[in-house]
Amino acid sequence: MGKTITEKIFEAHVRDRPFTGVAVLSLDVVLCHEITTPIAIADLVWRGKDRVFDASRIKAVIDHVTPSKDSKSATQARIMRDWAHRHGIRDFFDVGRNGVCHALFPEQGFIRPGYTVIMGDSHTCTHGAFGAFAAGVGTTDLEVGILKGVCAFRLPRTIRVEIEGTMPRGVYAKDVILEILRRLTVNGATDRVLEFRGPAVNAMSMEERMTLSNMAVEAGATSGMCMPDMTTVDYLWDHVKADYGEKPRAIDAFRQWHSDTDAAYDSVLQVDVSSLEPVATVGYKPDQVKKAAELHEVRIDQVYIGSCTNGRISDLREAARVVKGHPLAHGVRGILCPATPRVYRQAMQEGLLDVFMDAGYCVTNPTCGACLGMSNGVLAEGEVCAATTNRNFNGRMGRGGMVHLMSPATAAASGIEGKIADPREYLR
Amino acid sequence: MKQFGGRVLFLDRSDINTDEVIPAKYLTEVEKDALKPHLLEDLKLKGFDPSGADVAEARVIVTRENFGCGSSREHAPWALEVNDITVVVAQGFARIFRQNMFNCGMLAIALPRGDIDTIFGLHGRAPVGCGVDLDGRTLTFTPAGAAPVSLPFELGGFDEALVRAGGWVEYADARY
Ligand code: SF4
Repeated sequence: MGKTITEKIFEAHVRDRPFTGVAVLSLDVVLCHEITTPIAIADLVWRGKDRVFDASRIKAVIDHVTPSKDSKSATQARIMRDWAHRHGIRDFFDVGRNGVCHALFPEQGFIRPGYTVIMGDSHTCTHGAFGAFAAGVGTTDLEVGILKGVCAFRLPRTIRVEIEGTMPRGVYAKDVILEILRRLTVNGATDRVLEFRGPAVNAMSMEERMTLSNMAVEAGATSGMCMPDMTTVDYLWDHVKADYGEKPRAIDAFRQWHSDTDAAYDSVLQVDVSSLEPVATVGYKPDQVKKAAELHEVRIDQVYIGSCTNGRISDLREAARVVKGHPLAHGVRGILCPATPRVYRQAMQEGLLDVFMDAGYCVTNPTCGACLGMSNGVLAEGEVCAATTNRNFNGRMGRGGMVHLMSPATAAASGIEGKIADPREYLR
Repeated sequence: MKQFGGRVLFLDRSDINTDEVIPAKYLTEVEKDALKPHLLEDLKLKGFDPSGADVAEARVIVTRENFGCGSSREHAPWALEVNDITVVVAQGFARIFRQNMFNCGMLAIALPRGDIDTIFGLHGRAPVGCGVDLDGRTLTFTPAGAAPVSLPFELGGFDEALVRAGGWVEYADARY
């Protein structure tokens, strides 16, 4: 019987099997941000164990509320800063160099195929796009990860998501994952890994694959994984060149992580993207999905383009194609939040920021901010936001606010019309 | 090891997420105790009052499917912990929340739909108590003035070891 990529990664990293069905894995990277890490640090200090297992394998960023908005967030930032300094954590990203964790860390080349990755953040599954086993964990798991470089997992079963067809105009990876969520429901993949396969995934860029993997957790999945291929190698090339010399050698090395053709799956879900249309969520669960064209009566107060799901350069380009020459509808606020400084600068150089600013958008610094209702665009009671983020829970972007999840192009079109809108007519 | 058992708080809804257990605006707190007054503050449920006696006196939560979905924040189990709620019984849990509970040495017990319905059937005006027998793997629900109902539960070896050790930090530190 063959093995899945997850089984192969588990086998290569297992440190202990303390009980049946439980594997303690050694970790290749432990990622940290300022919301969940400070309490882990405080606890380690309190226990007299203020140590790190390997400073070079710990990557840290201040991204959720940055620059600090009040004394409390400033304290969290200071705890991170002091800790990184104290332990010689060199890959620490502070104001000026910081960006949304799941966009920044891959951009820096920290994630490689076959890696085990944890972070105290549920969207850590994003990094599965590189063929890594990457899982969100709580603060205690993070704490042990920082101290010992290990984490315990029950071996997840795998749902194979076979994605076929060619993406129609106006349909993006975001629409594909929302369709997958609609079919799996919010707990359809609990204790499972989603393996995204098939010709449509092979044709996707790394950024699109990250959008897919990012929302795997919205179906309850532990991780959302793609097979590493030439696209992966191209994306990582600057960072792995020294290890492999030439690209075919990197491909050969990465191929060891591919699932075997006779691997066993829990179930298979087939999706044909050719027939998809631009969609958006309604209600407070990410699996409540409808066609954008059918939601034209839904008025919006704010457009938010950003986050670890859709704040990368290709997202900004697609949104800008729609926005170009069309001001925001009267009374609608637009917020553009490039996910990292590199994305910001690139958007600036390509003239995209001008497109957004001409339309009336506010361009903010890279941060999570409004995505989790903490800063830079929090909604008031009763307000409605067309957002490219990944969660629409009641109150997610502010108490009493309503969030509709959609692709950057759909969000951009909605901003023009002041109502949820189909982006296709702006993409001709 | 923590204390388990006591008065039950019934939350009759599926998919209660960690934002509802503890809102994001308290994530800038660096002391667990600061979370105490804000448990379930944003949960909108008919007849539910987050600042009422039901919450203050609760030691056990009984709820439906997919409890603890959403954000990975361990602030959710901590908010329970500082309110002396150390057991959640549900038809199912989101993975990270479930692991966080055991990592803190607390119990996240999944029961089949029929058992959950039985427990909700006890929910009336009078308070319901819940006893936890870890060795015997049994939960005993006692509605005031009525006969107790006992239900068996399953607990994996690893989860039990975490609960007995007082959490994952203690366990891992002794072993790795
Ligand atoms: S952008 Fe939003 S979903 Fe992504 S890490 Fe930040 S808060 Fe979480």
